[in-house]
Amino acid sequence: MSEPERGAERERRVGLIVNPVAGLGGRVGLKGSDGVAIQQRALELGAVPRALHRTIEALARLRPIAGEFTLVTYPGEMGEEAARRSGFTPHVIGSIVPAKTTASDTRAAACEMRRLEVELLLFAGGDGTARDVFDAVDQDLAVLGIPVGVKIHSAVYAISPAVAGELARSFLEGKTQGTHEAEVVDVDEAALRCGAVSTMLHGVLRVPNDVQRVQGAKAGSSKSDASAAVAIAKHVVARMGAETVYIIGPGTTTRAILAELGMEKTLVGVDVIHRGKLLASDVNEEQLLGLLDGRPAQIIVTPIGGQGFLFGRGNQQISPNVLRCVGVENVLVIATPEKLNRLTTRPLLVDTGDEEVDRMLSGYVCVVCGPDDLRVVRVASASLTEERMNRPSRQCR
Amino acid sequence: MENITARRYENGQPRLRRFHQARWDEPLIFELGRPGERGILPPVVEHEIRAVAGDADALLPKALRRAALPGLPQIAQPQVVRHYLRLSQENLGLDFNVDIGQGTCTMKYSPKVNDQLAGAPQMTALHPLQPEETAQGILEVFYRFEQILKEISGMDRFSLQPGAGSAAIYGAASIIRAYHAERGESAQRREIITTIFSHPSDAACAKAAGFDIVTLYPDENGYPDIDALRAVASSRTAGLMVANPEDTGIYNPRIADWVSVVHEAGGLCFYDQANVNGLLGITRAREAGFDLCHFNLHKTFSSPHGCGGPGSGALGVTEALAPFLPTPVVAFDGERYTLDGNRPQSIGKLRSFYGVAGAILKAYAWVMSLGAAGLLEASKVAVLNNNYLLKRMREISGVTAPYAAGRHRIEQVRYSWEELCAETGVRSEDIGLRAADFGVHYWTSHHPFVVPEPCTLEPTESFSKTDIDEYAAIMQHVAKEARENPTTLLTAPHNSTVHRVDPASLDDPSQWAITWRAFLKKREQPEA
Repeated sequence: MSEPERGAERERRVGLIVNPVAGLGGRVGLKGSDGVAIQQRALELGAVPRALHRTIEALARLRPIAGEFTLVTYPGEMGEEAARRSGFTPHVIGSIVPAKTTASDTRAAACEMRRLEVELLLFAGGDGTARDVFDAVDQDLAVLGIPVGVKIHSAVYAISPAVAGELARSFLEGKTQGTHEAEVVDVDEAALRCGAVSTMLHGVLRVPNDVQRVQGAKAGSSKSDASAAVAIAKHVVARMGAETVYIIGPGTTTRAILAELGMEKTLVGVDVIHRGKLLASDVNEEQLLGLLDGRPAQIIVTPIGGQGFLFGRGNQQISPNVLRCVGVENVLVIATPEKLNRLTTRPLLVDTGDEEVDRMLSGYVCVVCGPDDLRVVRVASASLTEERMNRPSRQCR
Repeated sequence: MENITARRYENGQPRLRRFHQARWDEPLIFELGRPGERGILPPVVEHEIRAVAGDADALLPKALRRAALPGLPQIAQPQVVRHYLRLSQENLGLDFNVDIGQGTCTMKYSPKVNDQLAGAPQMTALHPLQPEETAQGILEVFYRFEQILKEISGMDRFSLQPGAGSAAIYGAASIIRAYHAERGESAQRREIITTIFSHPSDAACAKAAGFDIVTLYPDENGYPDIDALRAVASSRTAGLMVANPEDTGIYNPRIADWVSVVHEAGGLCFYDQANVNGLLGITRAREAGFDLCHFNLHKTFSSPHGCGGPGSGALGVTEALAPFLPTPVVAFDGERYTLDGNRPQSIGKLRSFYGVAGAILKAYAWVMSLGAAGLLEASKVAVLNNNYLLKRMREISGVTAPYAAGRHRIEQVRYSWEELCAETGVRSEDIGLRAADFGVHYWTSHHPFVVPEPCTLEPTESFSKTDIDEYAAIMQHVAKEARENPTTLLTAPHNSTVHRVDPASLDDPSQWAITWRAFLKKREQPEA
């Protein structure tokens, strides 16, 4: 991404997208707001839209430098109203059907703002909104989330609306320089309402480089977290055997292993390496089984997002058959200390769809957090009850 | 006449103190003075002396002579005095830094009379190289203090050589390594087990001693997870190195079972007693089955802490491990005290000579002034103070004491401001920076955080009820400010020597420099 131009000739633009229905479901216990039916149900239960108020809270912090840029936004409840009520004179683009906006409106707005080359795209919403923004802009823009949604597991949101405004101002004034990658994670709300949890890594967006103010980065800094990932990667690579086939699951921590070997990783896919070379990328279950072909193998995964899934979400390619074939004793779990600390209020989860494999994976696992640094964490099945799991069934390593 | 007491108290509670730190905008000493300015002008050497001594330069080998003059500041004495006096005013200073907010550090009052004792000529004139028979007094202090520590812990032998708590812990890890080496198992026993809420020194020192570290997290009830311990204890286990209570202030009630699990696997157990301030005269390392333990004399035993004076650790072991203790140890034959350096199995020296004599003397004087009953009372008061503060903190909305819900704590609590942060965007660091505006010290927790938005408070027995009430009132006030005017917190401190610095710079080698020379170098070569 190129640095924002600060020349006087070029008009400076900041994008604003508000997901007006974000956060509707939370207060009435619906665990999210994805889908028109749920939004309707939330309103019936007395939910009050929060997006407008929280966006105004954020924009208030930007108001002192309003004269320095043009705020580009979508009509009505998707940004215009919040902008005007905050004292901005926005440049309004696009069109919507009031009270009937959907995810495709968010995506269309984000696309258009990328075309207009905004310096920073502010969006108010939850994990679903971040996913829509990611689908539209990928890593081409600096973005920052104003937290409104019920479930926020993505690291692209500031820790509060006020802080989002402060950080946006600091970024636009050049006090906060550069951007860092932040994970976009989403939970399957339909499954969550049925009592199951299901997290997926969707990709990464680029957010202003201030980890103190962004969700999910509760301590240390992106520098220390990134260097921890590199340290883990060096440790893992140094111990790789010549004959072993390595199946590398999705995530930024696992990506560092391929980077250490000088290769690019499919961020949300599964890659296979052998003898330090990329054997196949973004493979499916069938390809994996074909590649294994009786050879010794190791599976390297990192827990994903807010719930800490090891298997069964976002890496279903590593199926029960693959796990049996490789052997659960050959599963290596890696995570940076910061990430693991955030996940340890409850066990890491598995839900492979095969009770027996889930049971084999349950118990305790030693997570590699750095060179000679192992952390012992409990693993539980997301679908089995405690009694049926018969924990702890497994000796660590 | 104005009732000045009424101005300071309201309903018996202290009002918030009005405070402003000195702010001098003082340059670094390297930026002061000018070329040629001098603080001292040594007299020219007299003829008679020169005639006898010859040319002083000629006495130094060429290799030891500087090619150029050292880059020292060139400045006169009065300016030096004023410079350092200003800096001292910009510091919180030793005795204010002994504060409730510096949890895990057991900040307690160091009696001034003990400082005077350690500063007496009988102590300051001692030299570690003088013959033993001329240093019988201090050797007796070492010996008697060892007997006291043995009684407090139940251990059989102590070394007072470690110059810090971490040095003692490193010594313990080295003894564990030596023990397994002697049994021919050092290649196999590579792992030290610790817990995430033990002091990070346990993991760090064991790693420095060459071990792999296996860290356990708490179970659902907030206690160290014994099932996790059972899952990892094996023939690879060299030992267990844990604190109890942990830094959460939670005491592990199954500690004897923990020790058994590790012993059955063939490992040794080290008790990190950095958090022992609430347990003196109540529990002992020996009865829980530990093989090794340590004390921080500068924490639990009142010697000045960290920046206030050199630290001192004491490393205790069972009889079976005594041959491995650092060398020398103090011996007594009923008449004379000697230093026994003939110890073939010893791990060697942890530092030069035999210990930080001044710190040991202060600790000994403190114990002798209190007696056994006094130590027990000090611990009880420390626990009472902590649980009173816990009660006061629970009255504040937005802060919680995670883990072991509803239970009392021993001598400290790791709190969480997660709820307040979610509501207001104000983080624990912001609260700490705002606390500085009221002249008190506040500490979050070791990084990376496990408890979200943590702070760790430890009101030792040194603090009065009024002190604790004042601290709680500051926390209450700051939490209220977070809701009513978060900007005040997000831009704090306001009454301190410096305003907010960007913490990211602390983590970026291109932005920090700890010496003037490094600063000049990095400024000239920013990419280096």
